[in-house]
Amino acid sequence: MIETTVIAVQLALMAGVAVAIARSRNLFAVVVLSGAYSFLMATALAALDAADVAMTEAAVGAGVSTVLLLGALHLVGSLEAKPARSPAGPLIVVVLTGLLVVYGTFGLSAFSDPQAPIHRHVVPRYLEEGPKETGVPNVVTAVLASYRGYDTLGETTVVFTAGIGVIALLRRRKRPGKAEAP
Amino acid sequence: MRKDIVLRVVGKILIPFALVFALYVQFHGDFGPGGGFQAGVIIAAAIIFYGVIFGLAASRRAVPEALVESMVALGVLIYAGIGVAGLLLGGNYLDYFVLDHDPVHGQHRGIFWVEVGVAVTVSGVMLKVFYLFAGRGRDLEE
Repeated sequence: MIETTVIAVQLALMAGVAVAIARSRNLFAVVVLSGAYSFLMATALAALDAADVAMTEAAVGAGVSTVLLLGALHLVGSLEAKPARSPAGPLIVVVLTGLLVVYGTFGLSAFSDPQAPIHRHVVPRYLEEGPKETGVPNVVTAVLASYRGYDTLGETTVVFTAGIGVIALLRRRKRPGKAEAP
Repeated sequence: MRKDIVLRVVGKILIPFALVFALYVQFHGDFGPGGGFQAGVIIAAAIIFYGVIFGLAASRRAVPEALVESMVALGVLIYAGIGVAGLLLGGNYLDYFVLDHDPVHGQHRGIFWVEVGVAVTVSGVMLKVFYLFAGRGRDLEE
């Protein structure tokens, strides 16, 4: 009961922060607010007992990406330009998509319903055999690193590829050098 | 921010704890929440914190760019290498049971190295992106 209230309050605050982000013209405020948004998200995830995801959200969403966005602001200045067109069109698209997503959630089974299809496929086997087969009490780690090792290898490769892409885009080109200048 | 004494003092006290916490998250991930990704991100965040307070040059001295760039690739190599080690020892790719004569120990060993690989790549990528962004800003100032 308390958890539900806490999560509801956090979600309401997040909605408020999102509106403030959309309305603000000052990009510095937007970056700080999005950090606050990530922290609210992280605490909501912690209240949902998803400690691993909460840790990631707090470190990446609120920490590293805020610093990177501030670095970007340093390059582009912190005042948003006036939009060239009226925001009505995008707003309608966003509202319609949101309504569609909300409509979609009515088809989902109730939150943490043990009879939901997703909990009846391979989950019982992971929960019962996982600690015995892998000797790892944390089922999340067992699934992530062992049962779904290929997926995690793929994810690591995605992170690697993203890093290589950023390096390729932003690397400082060697100045037509002092030594081998043409 | 190099002249802000509060930040300097707090940073010097907090950063070692953040790094130790990252190691805890990394090596205790089998038993509690956490794992390679979280640990890698916390390591990167601690060093980025250091860079923000003491300047990019100082963090480049502490964690050289060449090391960061090789970490980006090294982590994936460790992960994929565990798969190849499984193949060489007679199992399937990413099969950990063959890594030790006791299958459960083999699983433990495989998961350990896989998580190390994830942490190395993730922290390398995060730090590299930070160095690139911060470095560009300095270019403009010059």
